[in-house]
Formats: sequence, C-alpha cells, structure tokens
Amino acid sequence: MQFLTTVLFDGLIYASYLFIVSLGLTITFGVMKILNVAHGGFFAWGAYLASISIIYLGDNEYNSYFYYFAIFFSAIIVGLFFGYIIERFILRKMYNEDIHLIVLATFGLFWILEDLILHVFGVDPLMPYYPAMELGGIEIAGIFQGVYSLTLAALAIIVAFICWYFLKKTKWGKLLQSVIFDREVSVSMGINVTNVYLITFIIGGMLGALGGAYIAPTISVSPGFAIDVVVMSFAVVVIGGMGSVPGALIGSLIVGLVRAFAVHQAPILELFIIYAIMAIVLILKPEGLFAPPKPRKI
Amino acid sequence: MFKGVFKEQAVQVGIGFVFVIVLLGTFVLPEWMSNNFMYGLSRGLAVLGLMILWRTNLVSFGHALYYGVGAYSVAIAQKYLGVTDIFLRVVIAIIAAGLLGYVLGFILRKYREIFFAMLSLAFSMVLYGLLAKAEFLGSTDGMSISPSTLFGLEIGRFGLFYFIGLIVIISLIFAHCYLRSSLGHLTTAISDNEIRVEYLGYSVQKAIHIKYIISACLAGGAGGLMAASLGQVDPDSMVLWSVSGELVFVTIMAGLGNILAPFIGAIFFEFIRTYAYEFAPQAWQMIIGGTLLAIIFFLPGGLWSLFEKINPFKKEKK
Amino acid sequence: MPSNVILKTTNLQKSFSGIIAAEDINISVSEGEIIGIIGANGAGKTVFVNMITGYLKPTSGKIEFDNKDITGIEPRNATHIGVCRSFQVSQVFMTMTVKQNLMVAMSLAKKSGYQLLNPIDDDKLSKECDKILKQYNIFKQKDLVVSTLSQGMRKLLDIAMAVVGNPKVLLLDEPTSGVSVEEKFGIMDIVISALKQSGTTVLFVEHDMEIVERYVDRVMAFYQGQIICDAPPKQALKDKKVIQYVLG
Repeated sequence: MQFLTTVLFDGLIYASYLFIVSLGLTITFGVMKILNVAHGGFFAWGAYLASISIIYLGDNEYNSYFYYFAIFFSAIIVGLFFGYIIERFILRKMYNEDIHLIVLATFGLFWILEDLILHVFGVDPLMPYYPAMELGGIEIAGIFQGVYSLTLAALAIIVAFICWYFLKKTKWGKLLQSVIFDREVSVSMGINVTNVYLITFIIGGMLGALGGAYIAPTISVSPGFAIDVVVMSFAVVVIGGMGSVPGALIGSLIVGLVRAFAVHQAPILELFIIYAIMAIVLILKPEGLFAPPKPRKI
Repeated sequence: MFKGVFKEQAVQVGIGFVFVIVLLGTFVLPEWMSNNFMYGLSRGLAVLGLMILWRTNLVSFGHALYYGVGAYSVAIAQKYLGVTDIFLRVVIAIIAAGLLGYVLGFILRKYREIFFAMLSLAFSMVLYGLLAKAEFLGSTDGMSISPSTLFGLEIGRFGLFYFIGLIVIISLIFAHCYLRSSLGHLTTAISDNEIRVEYLGYSVQKAIHIKYIISACLAGGAGGLMAASLGQVDPDSMVLWSVSGELVFVTIMAGLGNILAPFIGAIFFEFIRTYAYEFAPQAWQMIIGGTLLAIIFFLPGGLWSLFEKINPFKKEKK
Repeated sequence: MPSNVILKTTNLQKSFSGIIAAEDINISVSEGEIIGIIGANGAGKTVFVNMITGYLKPTSGKIEFDNKDITGIEPRNATHIGVCRSFQVSQVFMTMTVKQNLMVAMSLAKKSGYQLLNPIDDDKLSKECDKILKQYNIFKQKDLVVSTLSQGMRKLLDIAMAVVGNPKVLLLDEPTSGVSVEEKFGIMDIVISALKQSGTTVLFVEHDMEIVERYVDRVMAFYQGQIICDAPPKQALKDKKVIQYVLG
C-alpha cells in the first residue's frame, strides 16, 4: 500500500511539472505547427535564472515570499527575452520552409542555449533548496512528502484552469482557436497572425521556463539536466496529441505515473517503457490521444 | 541495372575521390588526420542513407537505430560467435540492420513528415533504453571490439582503411544506380505528389519501404565499420538521439545534391569535431548549433552547393 | 460503333457515415463511346469517378470492366488493367519538368518489377514521350518546370500522363475547369481527337454545356447522388428534370 502511495505521489508530482513544461510545447505546436526543440532551453534557463536568484535571496536572508517572486519573474524574463529573439529573428523568417528544417533550426538553437548556460552560469551544480526546505514536509497516507512539491501540483492545476478558461471563455481564446485551425483563413479574417505567433511563442517559452524555475528548488541544477525533461515532454506531447491541452494533461499523467512506477518497481524498464508507449501511440493514433480535429483540405 | 555505370561522371569522380582519400590517409597524413578520414568515410554511409531518404522528403530523427544495430551486431557476433573477419562483420552489420529496417518499414512506410521523424526517434530510443540497461551487452559501458582480420590475419589500420574505401565505392555505385533508375525517380516524385504516383500504377508504400531498407542497410554498414574502427561500442555514442541528430546535421551540412556530398560532409564534420574539442571544449554544442543555423539560413544546399559554385565542370545532378 | 460493353456498374452506392453520396448508379458504356457527366456541385459526379478508379470503395454494388469485376480495387491496379483518370485539380509533379513528368508516367506504364531498377533515361521511352507531347501540343514546353506553366498546360499534361498506358477507359474529371475561356475548346479539340484516334472510351465530367454538346455521344446527369437522365445530348439537354436540377 505504501508502495502504491509513493508511486502515486511521485508520479503526480512529476506529472505536474511535466504538464507545465509540455503545455508550452504543445501550444507552440498547435498554433504554429512547429515542434520546438529549443523548448528545453527555456526550461534550463528558467531553472538557472531562478536558482541564482533564490540562492542570492536565501544567502542574504530575504523574506520567503521573494523566492516565489523570483521564480515567476525568472520565467517571465526568460520567456520574453529568448522567446522574442528567437521568434522575431529566426523563426519568423522560416515559416515557409520545410518543416524538418524548422525543427532542425530549433535543434540548433537548443544546442546554443545549452552551451550559453555553461558560459554564463559555469559548470558547477546549483542547489537552490531554500523554498523547499522552508516548507518542510508532512505525512500523508503513511509517507513523507515535501510540501513544496505539493504546491507544484497545485500550480499545475491552476495553470490548467487558466488555460481552459482562456481558450474556452474569452474572445482571445476563440481567436487563437481560429489560428490553430487554419492560418490563412485567419489572416483573411483580419487576425494579426504575426502577433499571435509571437505572443504564443513567448507564452510557450514562459511556461517551459516556469517548469524549470519551479522545480529548481527540489533538484540539483547542473549542465545537461534539461535533456531528460525535453525528451519526456516530447513523449507527453506525442501521446496526448500535438496541440491539445487536455492531451498534455493526460499525457503528463500517463508518463508521470508510468515513470514513477518503473523507477520504483523495475528501473530497467524506465526509459524503454516511455518510448514504447510513445511508439505505440504514434502507430495507433499518430495525432495523439486527444488530437484536435484536422480540417479536410480537399 | 548497373549498365554503363562506370562511364557516369558522378561515379568516376566518386571513385577517384575515395582513392585519393585512402592513399592520403595511409601514406601521407598523420594518424589523427587519417583517422578522421576513416571515420568520415564510415559515417558518411549513414549520411548517404539519410540523404536518399530525404529525397522523398522523409527525415529520420532516429537513424542511430540502424547505426547502433550495425555496431552492436559486430560486437555480439564477436562475443558469441567469435567473428573477427572484417568482411563477415560488415555483412552481418548490413543484414542485421536491413532485417530490422524491413520489419519496422512496414510500420514507418505509412507515415510522413513529422510523424515519420518522431516515430523513428521513438524506435531508436526504445533500443537505447534496452541497450543502456542490458547487462550482458555492457549497459552504458558498452563492449570492446578486437582488431579485424581477413583470412585469419590481422589487417591493421591500413587494411581497415582500404576495406572501408572498398565498401564506400560499392555503396556509391549502388546509390548512383538506384537514384538514376525509374524507381529512384519515382520516389522523388512521391514527395511531390503521392496520389499521382499511385494513379500511375505503383504502390507508394512499397516504394518507400524499399528505400527505407536501403537506407537502413547503409546506416548499419556505417555502424559496423565504425565499430571496427573505434574498437568499441556503447549506447551513448551510437544509439542516443543526439547521434541521430548529428547524422541529420551532417546531412544538411553536406547537401543533397550528389552521392559524394555525404562523405565530404562527414569528413568535414570529423575535423570540426576534432578542432572544437581541442580549442573550445565547452562550446562544442554552440558551434554545431550555430553552424546548423548558418547553413539553414545562408547555405541551404549545404557544402555541396558551395562546391558546385566553385567547380563549373560538375554539371551532373545525381 | 462496336457494341461491346466495356464498363458497367450495377446498383452502385456510396455513403459516408449514413450520408448517401451516390446511390442506384446503373450504367453501361460501350467501347469507344464518349460520355459527358453533368450535374451541380455535390451531385456525386466526382464520387462516381473516384469509385470507378478505386480511390473510394463503394458501400455496395458492382463495377465491371471488360466483363471483369473490379469493384474495390486499388487505383494502381485500375491503372494497370486499363482504367485511368485525370483530375479536377491537375495532379502533376510540380517540381519536375514536363518531359520528366511524362517519363515517370511512361516508365511506370511500360516497365515493372526489376525493370524499374534500370535507368529512367531510356531512348525508346523518350521518343514515345516526345510523340505524346507533340500530340497534346506541349512539346515546346517539355523542359519547363511544371510550376511555371499555366493551368491549361497543366491540365493537358495531367491528361497526357493518364494516357501513356493506352488505357481502354479514361475518366476525365472537369478537364476544362480552371482553364481560360480561350483555351477551353482548344484543349478539348486536342484531347478528344487524340482519344478518338486510339479508340479510347471516354467519360468526362463537365459543367460547360457547350463543350458537352459538341463532343459527347451520350449524357449522364447527376442530381443528389443519383442519375436522373442517361441519353444522347440533344435529348438530355431538353429533359425536364435536367433543366430543373442541372441547368437551372
């Protein structure tokens, strides 16, 4: 019983931050039809920026609320800065290109962002544990669980709700759905698709960065740590459906829980099982479990 | 199918190029340089495979699967069957990769664009997951490969180099004949208009399947030769998604214009890697990333298009 | 006119999730006939063509070609046995030249199996291609890339590609749609005279009644998925139902 609870909590928490990260990736794909490999770069930068901020705040004994301010602020800055530069100066020039080239360009950008971290932040690992340490832990259902991690789950739920509300209930959301459905038609309807793309990319980047920033207090932030998450979030997006928000939710849950189970029960299967699921979903339903309906073009 | 192939300019240039490289590598150049040529020629086979697929607008983000299968089949053949003969090694590598390509091809031939790419990636990572945890195959430490032999005698580095050159020449001939054939042309037509090809009387999926198997065989051969050259196989350097990424990167850098381009690109890449590790070990990824972007933006035809501009004699596009 | 029935359908029906796109399609076409298929958009004409050539599988009913049951075969097999088609929106290879387009078509029509591994540049096939290009009046453009050509030229190429295998039955889906008024008759003159020469049976979908009147032996009028009239043009174009549902 305790084993199951551990797996459940581990899985849910991993799923939570996977969801926040994957949400950015799936939104970018849904709107711009681009699979943004550089998303991992946002994640890493968000984590690093938040880490040095928190360590600075913690070392100088600022009020704890500042930690959270630092986390959100880092996410916003990373999303704005890199999101703007990348979309405005690189992606925008490539929208008519072969989709593979665009993905490869984002691959190149990912490599660049990763190495930039080495030069800006150095190679030593950072451990901004202050927020996590402060909240301590509580006992739930027989196991000891860090409270900070639970707030991560809460954050994921809030983000999911905001997303749902935005897409379904606001004018902007409907506009976005139009662009997702067909770019050309949207342009002819007078929607400023260029701006929509830019804003979408920036928000996607912010979400990726937020995932990294929020998880930083619970791990050791070191070069190359983003890769694991990047590849996992790919699996999530593929499984859930590229461009689908509920898909990202379900996909994260599946990947998070399966991974938690594998890690505790059969570590040998850990990597293999996630990719096997991804392959199976791609084979059976390539658009993903919750793919938005595609318009019939002919 | 092979009629008149030696008269074709592209093939003559290709064979000449390989001869020059091999001669330079064995008699003239220092060891580290000729090693790069050796690795470049071997990996170039995998890039050739990717280039052929790319002509049908199919990009595999998981070709390291076949590269790794080729490499590991050499390791397994040595460990359990005691095989060290270089000829046998390459044949085993190609057949193993080809068989897997045949099987997976049934699934992959139904997909296009990003789904094809992602599914290839998924398959390669499944293999990675298996290999990384497989104790009997060395897990992440991998396995070592003993020097290759021919007829029982060790062939040494030079012998290996000549052999690689031979395999590359044979591959160039095959690739050229395939690309100039009706089948080769119709697979390019497929990327232009699939429906029309079906209506002209040929199964698109079958054509793609065949092309996929050829591509897998080439990558497998590359893996086998690299295993023999390096003397070592392990999942991180042969099956991981970054290996697939590097192969795709070299394909773009080389350009799709000629069967020789992959080899030139692959050799060039080995040199970049050597220099980058030596002078800027912490900027390796940045260099690749930057180069990738530069090529996509400024030289979309790859290095080959540069070569074509300089040399007006090379007018043939095959 | 020989009265050998070359194409026949019996109670052909196609429905998509309960919506009937075509039903009760019973036709009988003799060898060498030229049939005009008319009807408003959405009446079922293209669905009909798609079913005959295998792109869509009928929900029920039978299709017979030269007394052989071809119901539900794949398009590539339909092409092999002699039932070919052209497309409403020209389906050609945009990035290749006119000659290359036709060479690909010709190779697939004349070669099979291992022969396809031989070089595509074949003198004999090349000469045959030139012949067809001249027949369809696109020889001058043979080295031009298709994406630079006008709609009319693309249509001609599209049809030329469909005839390389000397099909017995040719279905043309709106051969003059998207083509300028000046080019329309020119194209049809070329196409029909070439096809009459080879004795090919032709069914073509057309909206322009002038063209229909001028070239066909018989008219089939579609309305809401059914054939409401099947008669020679003079008769069909005066038919009350046709006037109401198609011409009106």
